[in-house]
This record gives sequence, structure tokens and C-alpha cells, in this order.
Amino acid sequence: MSAREAIFARLKANRPAGDYPLPAVPDFAPLVGDDLVAEFTERLARMGGRVERAGSPADPFAPVRSRLAGAAVIASAVPEYSGNRDLRAAQRPQDMADVDVAIVRARFGVAETGSVLFTESDLIVNSVAYLAQHLIVLLDPADLLANIQAAYKRPEFGQSAYAVLHTGPSATADIEGVLIHGAQGVRSLTVLLLRRTAPGPI
Amino acid sequence: MSEELNPREGVIHPEVRAPSDESERGPDGRRLQHAEAASKPIRADAPREPQPRGAKIKGNRPIDQGEAAERFLAAPLHQKAHDERLWDVRKKRDAAAHGIPEWEELREIASQIKAHTLTHLDDYLAQFEAAAKANGVHVHWAEDGAAHNRIVLDILQKHGAKSLVKSKSMLTEECGFRHFMAAHDIDIIETDLGERIQQLDEEEPSHVVMPAVHKTRLDVADVFARTLGTDPDNDDAHYLAESQRETTRPLILKADAGLTGCNFAIAETGTVVTCTNEGNADLSGNVPPLQIHSIGIEKIIPKVEHLGVFIRLLSRSALGSPITQYTSHFRAPRAGTEMHMVLVDNGRSERLGMEEFWTSLKCIRCGACMNTCPVYRRSGGLSYGATYSGPIGLIIDPTFNKRKYSTLPFSSTMNGSCTNVCPVKINIHEQIFAWRKVLAEEHQIPLLKQGMMKAAGAVLSRPAAYRAAISTADSALRALPRFAVYNPANTWGKKREMPHAPRQSFHAWYRQNRMNKDGQS
Amino acid sequence: MRIGLFVPCYVDAFEPEVGIATLELLERFGLDVEYPFDQTCCGQPMTNTGCHAEAAATEALFVKNFSGFDYVVAPSGSCVHQVREHLTAIPQTDEVKAVRAKTFELVEFLHDVLKIEALPWAAFPHKVAYHSNCNALRGIGHARPSELNRPYFSKPLNLLRKVKGLEIVDLARPDECCGFGGTFSVFEPAVSAKMGYDKVTDQARAGADYVVSADSSCLMHQKGCAERLGVPLKYIHIAQVLNGAAS
Repeated sequence: MSAREAIFARLKANRPAGDYPLPAVPDFAPLVGDDLVAEFTERLARMGGRVERAGSPADPFAPVRSRLAGAAVIASAVPEYSGNRDLRAAQRPQDMADVDVAIVRARFGVAETGSVLFTESDLIVNSVAYLAQHLIVLLDPADLLANIQAAYKRPEFGQSAYAVLHTGPSATADIEGVLIHGAQGVRSLTVLLLRRTAPGPI
Repeated sequence: MSEELNPREGVIHPEVRAPSDESERGPDGRRLQHAEAASKPIRADAPREPQPRGAKIKGNRPIDQGEAAERFLAAPLHQKAHDERLWDVRKKRDAAAHGIPEWEELREIASQIKAHTLTHLDDYLAQFEAAAKANGVHVHWAEDGAAHNRIVLDILQKHGAKSLVKSKSMLTEECGFRHFMAAHDIDIIETDLGERIQQLDEEEPSHVVMPAVHKTRLDVADVFARTLGTDPDNDDAHYLAESQRETTRPLILKADAGLTGCNFAIAETGTVVTCTNEGNADLSGNVPPLQIHSIGIEKIIPKVEHLGVFIRLLSRSALGSPITQYTSHFRAPRAGTEMHMVLVDNGRSERLGMEEFWTSLKCIRCGACMNTCPVYRRSGGLSYGATYSGPIGLIIDPTFNKRKYSTLPFSSTMNGSCTNVCPVKINIHEQIFAWRKVLAEEHQIPLLKQGMMKAAGAVLSRPAAYRAAISTADSALRALPRFAVYNPANTWGKKREMPHAPRQSFHAWYRQNRMNKDGQS
Repeated sequence: MRIGLFVPCYVDAFEPEVGIATLELLERFGLDVEYPFDQTCCGQPMTNTGCHAEAAATEALFVKNFSGFDYVVAPSGSCVHQVREHLTAIPQTDEVKAVRAKTFELVEFLHDVLKIEALPWAAFPHKVAYHSNCNALRGIGHARPSELNRPYFSKPLNLLRKVKGLEIVDLARPDECCGFGGTFSVFEPAVSAKMGYDKVTDQARAGADYVVSADSSCLMHQKGCAERLGVPLKYIHIAQVLNGAAS
């Protein structure tokens, strides 16, 4: 008997008696107010992230200019900004090791938690979201969802090879509870509120 | 310390804060409390105090948790920091739970989803397997920990892989994965900071979520100085964490394979979900050319929408944080790479058949029961001498080895707070009580203890014998603590004063004041 | 209404005043209280240790003593919890089930059954830290434990608020177990005592003069710890306070 057969046989033999139906999950009222941008901004800040409104149409990246100016290697996965590291030309995930700043666009954001979602097609190279020192995330305010429950109704989870919710930067407090950003992944995460279509004020 | 002598220079990234600046703060200057951050500084003061070590393992002999706990208590700096840190997490958990009006309803729904899934586990596992295969994933089945290790070794050898980076996984701890791989010359690198600390110190994790929570920064400084070559006198947490990052990053980049554990496995999509704060599961899954996920078969949930329940509960219960920094959903391999999933039983299907204990399989490994447990906070996780410590450990460990872990269900006051914080409503303290009965019936408790209880039962069931026992000599008082607990060593009196002697017992008072000479009241 | 008074063995031997206060308090409400003379114990030391078979004869004796009363009342949350939830080593006849269902802890009996409105004889002008016995708190529902997201209530505090002059002080860890835990207190003495020391320290830091609880076993443990630490706290059972103990 294969391991699979043996496990399945035991599971059948040991099935607990009784009826345990799958409960319906009600739609809980969102715990956030109507101003999703404000809620998202506050909650992401509490998770160690930062939210900036895009600059003028001529210079939407103004709020993150200093971060970009100090970066030697910028990998951009978005058409709104041209970096100097071509993600589509990357041969290996390890090639992202020297990236200072990565710029990616989120599929959506979640106001309740301050999270943003990426799939493999948003990241182009998944590892860039972790190996880069800093992450700048473009998010269209129209793509904000109220809560996690709404997020898990989105199709990305059933369709993408990889989908990930980022809520602030990499963090640890494994040493005496001292919070440190950049444990293994990015040291900072900044969300730039920028509409998907042509750049412009929000 | 002068700048020239500061070992942070040149070692750590220039953007890391100065040593004097402690936990990260938000833009408003308020101390941030996400991830497993403490809400206030919890600093174990110098002078240095040797770190108390865990239970002494003597083959299959029953673990003496009390002995190890006593040594932990004999290290007051460690004990105090440990207790305060975990109590702080418990309070953060309370605040998070009280912030959600439907919290108790969510717990009930989560518990019911788990009960349903566990009672239909064969169906959902088959569904998961089919979905995973359709996604291009290689699916493996392991009956026990040894089989899991062999399967992973086989995968690695087929790819000529010699090194593997992994994220934290209690399942691989169960399997003795690191020890097995070391014997086969495979280099295993833990990438969770706490787990890495424990690996470098050759110690097991003491907590399911915070593996090194029993260590102070001074202990970590010692370990890193010994293993990573850091400055032994620099115990700044930022310096230590950054040193670990800088030394682990090259290992991640050159690893031949990556492995993660699994928080939830979704039957309908074949997805493995991991929840981490460091992003190390994502590094393990996205950087090396070969990707492996180890999954306990009880981790299955039916649908994606059920994550909307569990994700809301998990991190709030574990840390008081609304969500972990990273919630990652691995469904299919990256182009040009292989993705393997190893589904591991290791006693779970047997436990499913234990009428009083099968619901312990609902556990989502949040650690809330440990943080709330007053015994755990004062003993340290390593005192349990088992993969799982604290309240959930007391009810899971005996299913792995009834003799070795026969003592653990007695390391509890059965106060019940563990049951109340459990996000999937496992009746933990009732199972502790039930385990005691099973162990007594199967003579897995010390003969002395059982003998004392037999004697106690004989006295307490006979009024005359009972009266005689507590009214001899200078009244009940000197005798009763021993009588009541039948403990020849008088362990009560070592650390507590004995109760004072009243003039007479209630019984005698009643006879004297409320009864006539004929014995009628 | 015929009430059977159960005076647990610890109370009988160490804290007879608690038994006396319970009896007198119930009599103040005009109840007919009987004390079955052959009573001993609820069986908890044995079942707590897993030794159910060894508890059977004690359980049978308990049922024999307390059968036929309208209510059985005891000044102990943990003993009542034992009777109600764990008195299962003997066959569950109708008689056994009836005794188990009718057994009440004093606070809940006053609060839920008698629904008392005033305690005009009770005055206790002191700062009081209340200690929730874990079995009373979570086992028989004396109050809302802090870890549950449910509406707040506390039966013992509702009663203590009817006592003139009594001031409740708040503990930093209000529901933390004190470490008695029945036989735990002697089988794991180091952890048990440390929990007791921490509890006593919390009570002293809160500025309490007295610690009041509905369970003598916890009080005995805490008192032993306080005396060893040299902390001048006084420990008194809620029955005594409600019965008008001066101090």
C-alpha cells in the first residue's frame, strides 16, 4: 500500500462521528469608514509603511524623489517610471540582489489592514519585492477594498501562480520585542497613490 | 563608544538607526507595535545571567518539566523578561480581539470550518492534490517524519542540491529535519531571525511564533559573537538583526533549494499560504531554483473565501497585529522551475480517531495559548522538552509519545484562559483534564502519585477516617496540607507559609454550637 | 427552601469562619440551611490528578449526603465546578444528576437564585483587590474573563458593591491564575509559588489592604506566599465580607 493509500485509509477509518456542516460565512460590516484612503493611510502607517499622494502630473514621483535620487539601481515594473534595471531581461531571481529601489503597482489595497496585493505578473520577477532594499508601490485609490474578506473574493487568488499581500516592510522583533524593519526583506515600503491611467493629480 | 570603535560601521547598512534609538516609530512618533513588537521596552538588565537551558532529555523517560521550570525560575532576569514580553503580547491580543465586534462569532465559524474539514479530510486532500497537480506541482505523501525527510532528500539529490534555505515550520521541527539533513551533508539555513538564532545556538525553538523569546539580547549577542563573529559586547538589537541579515543574504542567494512550511492549504485551488513578518518565506519560495513546501495534512481549508476568516484571526491572536507583514499564496511553479508539495501525516490520521482529542487538529499554531499560559510564561518553552510547548503542547505531545510526555498534562493549573484565547476554540484545558484521566488509567503517571490518590480516596470516602485524619494531634492543621495532597516531601512549605491553626474545625464548631446533646441540629 | 450546606475540606479544617459566615449569611435571608454531618470532600484532589476511579467512593458519599435538597450551596468555586462538571466517576443516575444540577457556589446562589438586592448589615471600609478563582471565573461563569469579547459583567463585584465603604482596586493582571491549581501547588511547587508571589505583588502594587475571593484554597495559597514575602496583605473570603465581617 502506498503512503497515500495508507493515510487515506486511516482518515476514513478514523473519521469522527457526528455531522459537521460547512458554515456559511456572513459578510461582516467593514470596520473602516467611508474614506478608504484615509483608513488605508492610517493603518499602513501603524504597520510601518508610508502613504504619499502623487505629485503634480508633471512630476508624480516628487514625494519619493529623495529615495529615488539616492538609489544606484532602480528596478521598475511600471510604465510610469523607467528604472535602470530591466526586470524583463532578468535571467535569475538572484539578479535582483543589488536593487536599491523597486517600483511595482499593486492590484488592489485593503483599507482594514493597510495591505497591498501583488501577483507574479505585477512583480515580473517575484524576488525583486524582497531582495530590493526599498519598495515603492503604486496604488490607484479606486483599487482600495474595505476589508480582507472582500479581498478574498477577488479572482487573483485562484488564477495567479503567486499572490502576496504586503502590509508594510519586512519586520522582526525576535530580539526582546524591539521592532526592526528590514529583517530579511525590504527596509521600507512606500505607497504612492497614483491612478492607473495617465499620470495626474488624484 | 567612539565612532572608530563602533563595530556597526562597515558591517551594517548605513540606514539602520543609531544604537540609542530602539523600536521603530511611526510618522507621528508613536512607537509602532506591529509584527511581534513589544508595546514597551522589555530589556533584561545586565549583569549577564547564563541562559537557562531546557528539559533534560533522557531517551524515552518522562520529561521532568518542573525541574526545568525551576532552573528557568532560578534565572530571574530571563524569567521576568519572558513573562513580561509574553504578557504584553497577550494584552495586545486582547486589544485586537476587542476591536472586532464579531470576534467571538469569527472564532466559532473558524472552529466549525476546521471541524467540517477534518471530518472530510480525505475528500479535501484529494481535491487539493488534484488542484495542485493541475497547477503543475509535484505532490508527495509522507506517512511520518522520517518519510518526509527522505522525500525531501530525494528531491534535493535529483537536483544535485546541497544547500536549502527555509522559513519557519513547526512540521519540520516535528520531523527532526535539520538533524537528518546534516547527517546527509545538506546545508540547511533557517531564515526567520528567531529560528536562525536557535539554529546557531543548536537549540530547539521555544515558542511556535517567537522561537527565541526565552533569550535576552545578551544571549543573542553571545550566540552571534560565537557563530557570526559579531562584537560580543554589542548587544544592540538593530546591530544584531542587521548582522544576521547581512550574513544570511548571501546564503539565500546561493541556495540550491528553498522550503517553506504552510499555514493554510486551500483545497479548491491547491494553494499553500504562509504568514510571515520577515518575508523569509517569500525569499525561500522565490529565489532558489527549486521550491518545496512541507504541509501537515490538517492544514487544509476548503476555499479561498475561508482565508477571510482565518487571516483575520491568526495574527491578531498570535501577536495582536491585524495581519502579518506578508501573507503569501503559492499556487504554481515559477516558469522554468519545479515546485514540490509534501503532505505529511506523522500521527495526524491516528489522532483524528481519538474521540476526546481529535479537535486539537484544528490548531493554527498562533501561540496565543502559550502567551496567556501563566505556567508557560514562568517556565520557558524549552522546559517542556517537546516540539510543542505550552497548553497546546500538553495535549498534542502525548499523541506522539505517551510515556515520554506523560508528565506534561500535569504542568497546568487548568485555569482555562488558553481555551478562551484559542482562535479555533479548541477546549484545551478540558483536553488537559481528559489526558490526565487517560494517563492515570493507562498507568502512565508515577506510582507514588497514583498511590497517594488511592489513599486520599479511601480516607475522603469514609467520614470517620476523614475526621480522624484531620483531628488528631494538634488538630488538622499541621497534618492537613500533607493529608490533602498526600505529599511526603511537604513541597508546600518550602516556598509558602503553612496555614495557621484555627481553634476548631467547622465541623467541631457546628457540633458545639448548632447541635444538642443528642446530636440533632 | 431546603438548603444543604457543603463546607469543603479546606474550609472545614483551615477556615472554619468561612463556613460559619456562609451558614449565617444564608440564614439572614431566612433560609432553612442544613449541614449534613457526614460530608467530607467533592473528590477534586483525585479527579484533578486523573484518578477518577479513586474518586468514585468519595463522589458517591457526596451524592448520598446532598440528595434531596432544593439547593446545595458551597463557598468554593472550584468544588462546585468539580461537582457540576466532573463528578462523573459514578453512574449518572437521576439522583446524581439532580445533585449536580442543584449545586451552587455561594456568589452565584445569592446573585442568580436569591437575586439579593441589599446587604444592610455589611460594611467593609477597606481597599479590596478581588481575586477571581479560575474555576469560578471560567468554569461556572462568575464574570466575563478579560480575554473574551463579550459584554462585561461580574457577579462577585455586583455583590461587593452593595457593601458599605468597600473600595475595589484594579489589578494589572486581573484574571491571572494565582498558581494554586489544586495538586499543581505541590507537584509543581516552584512555578506555583512564583505565580503566587507575582499575584501577591500585583495586589500590593494596586494598593489593596485586603484580598477577597470566593475560594479559600486560592486565598490560603496567596496568604502563604504573602507571609513568606513579608507583604502585609490580609486575605478574607467573600462570605465573611458579605456577612458583615468588620475586618
